[in-house]
Amino acid sequence: MRPFVSRTHALELLRAMVRITRFEEKCIELYSASEIRGFMHLYIGEEAIAVGVMNALTPEDAVVATYREHGHALARGIAMGPVMAEMLGRQEGVSRGRGGSMHLFDAATRFYGGNAIVGGGLPLAVGLALADKMTKRNRVTCCIFGEGAVAEGEFHESLNLAALWKLPVLFVCENNLYAMGTALERSESVTDIHQKAASYGVPSEAIDGMDVIETEDGAKRAAEQVRSGAGPVFLEFRTYRFRAHSMFDAELYRDKAEVERWKQRGPVKTLVERLEASGLGSHDDLAALEAEADAEIDAAVAFARAGTLEPVDELARFVYADAAQDARLATIVHTGGR
Amino acid sequence: MTTITYREAVREAIRNAMRSDPRVFLMGEDVGRYGGSFAVSKGLLEEFGEERIRDTPLSESAFVGAGIGAALGGMRPIVEIMTVNFSLLALDQIVNNAATLCHMSGGQFGVPVVIRMATGGGRQLAAQHSHSLEGWYAHVPGLRVVAPATIDDAFGMLPTALEKPDPVLIFEHALLYNVKGELPDGAGPTDLDRAIVRRTGKHLSIVTYGGSLFKALDAAETLARDGIEADVIDLRTLRPLDDATIMASVARTRRVLIVDEGWKSGSLSAEISARIMEQAFYELDAPVARLCSAEVPIPYAAHLERAAIPQTDDIVAHARRLVARNV
Repeated sequence: MRPFVSRTHALELLRAMVRITRFEEKCIELYSASEIRGFMHLYIGEEAIAVGVMNALTPEDAVVATYREHGHALARGIAMGPVMAEMLGRQEGVSRGRGGSMHLFDAATRFYGGNAIVGGGLPLAVGLALADKMTKRNRVTCCIFGEGAVAEGEFHESLNLAALWKLPVLFVCENNLYAMGTALERSESVTDIHQKAASYGVPSEAIDGMDVIETEDGAKRAAEQVRSGAGPVFLEFRTYRFRAHSMFDAELYRDKAEVERWKQRGPVKTLVERLEASGLGSHDDLAALEAEADAEIDAAVAFARAGTLEPVDELARFVYADAAQDARLATIVHTGGR
Repeated sequence: MTTITYREAVREAIRNAMRSDPRVFLMGEDVGRYGGSFAVSKGLLEEFGEERIRDTPLSESAFVGAGIGAALGGMRPIVEIMTVNFSLLALDQIVNNAATLCHMSGGQFGVPVVIRMATGGGRQLAAQHSHSLEGWYAHVPGLRVVAPATIDDAFGMLPTALEKPDPVLIFEHALLYNVKGELPDGAGPTDLDRAIVRRTGKHLSIVTYGGSLFKALDAAETLARDGIEADVIDLRTLRPLDDATIMASVARTRRVLIVDEGWKSGSLSAEISARIMEQAFYELDAPVARLCSAEVPIPYAAHLERAAIPQTDDIVAHARRLVARNV
């Protein structure tokens, strides 16, 4: 049964999604102007998952995300200015400009990246959850990855370990059907991904990732189940990325008609249509929220542009958390190679 | 003063750490019921229980990564990987995560995990159980890499490693576990920063670490009978390298033989040699010499394996040639 949603809540969901969409559209602009460089992976089309899932978490929970994580970071509550500053390589950025688009980190919201090795974040999430379980803290670690990660050994090792030790991990698979340019059916013998979780004894469910009401409802139910101490839960969100894999992708592997078909089911479009159908809202609401987001984005861009570049002398800072060691290695860098 | 084995020294170090800090736990393949593949953790399951002495599936990547994640989550995990050969299955977690997260997050997240593993050959276990790959790890910024050779260090490096807010890799040469030695009363933590001159001499410096240390000390004993006095430097820490101790020794002896059970090409011995060139070139009376494992996968047959790995008599022969040589 479709959960009941008030106008207020529906607009909150819409606001959160629109922030992500508009932020990324601005990122494309800044990338084209060479203000953002490196790899940049856009989330447009998948916004309903980040928004729904983050709404299911408490501030004490942890998030381990992928390199397509702008949406997760914003929905988690990381301020937009420092996120944008990171994209611009400024020291006011969330990772002091050392991470860039793919590596957003934030201790305050327990956001553990921004991980760009496909599958590499799953063991980290298992460990974070293990720490919580061993110290009897009732927290959830939310681990987000794409369907491409399912082919990695780390996926299987991590699901097994989390299930074996009954760890509080919420596994969130964003199945957007393509691992870079490789379609799911060209890389997996079994394409029904949530079944793989079931094979480890992990309760799993496939959810429409284009409908934010569904994603939020599914994520909340799953997070509560994890919080109850029964062990991990696995959600497969079926979604689609509207943009290319990265800014370097010519999209030779999928046809435009397919992209258009999915766009008709876009999460923002879907929610606005639902608001209209139920009489709870209209396109005017969308326009207002877009204007609001644009103002925030403009401020974030201004913050980022006003940001400063970390002095090159500080290059070797933070290689080690141990400050004494840091100083010593800085010396090695400066005398050894030059 | 107590006489104990290297194995027992590591075990006591783990036991002490677990008793004094509830955040510390041990995790790895067969560390619990089996007692550890090298019997290091024997008896610890009975004392600390399954929560803190955790047997894992054969999933190196997952349990090493879980150690890293648990460290991020406030624990102080000791992860045991049976041997360095198997650590390659966890290379992604060690190199792409443990070593990068602090810097990549702008200093927000340290990774205080300790990863122990056996290394080295000499037990006729052939090529997939005998390699010495610690030099690879020493290549990577963000990691600390140590190789305790003595009973003192087997006992003392672990607690110091656990105090560090960064990932520390501890390499225990498999042939050392049965070595007996004296552990002084009141022995405690030892540093992870300095090399130590284990024997002093004026004619050459033998720079080595881990399983090769005792071969080098034996060789020095033999050489002394011929009037050749060797400085024997135990590196102890492979990253960071203690350049100062090495260079001070070179300045006194003017000749250096590096002994490393790793291969020669692109190796730790190459790095040490290069640093000597950079920092002490004009102190040298002869080119730096290196004795490393033969550039082959370590073979099974005893005579071939022996020939592949630096032995005491090889060290003696190389040292004699080095001392006889003049630029």
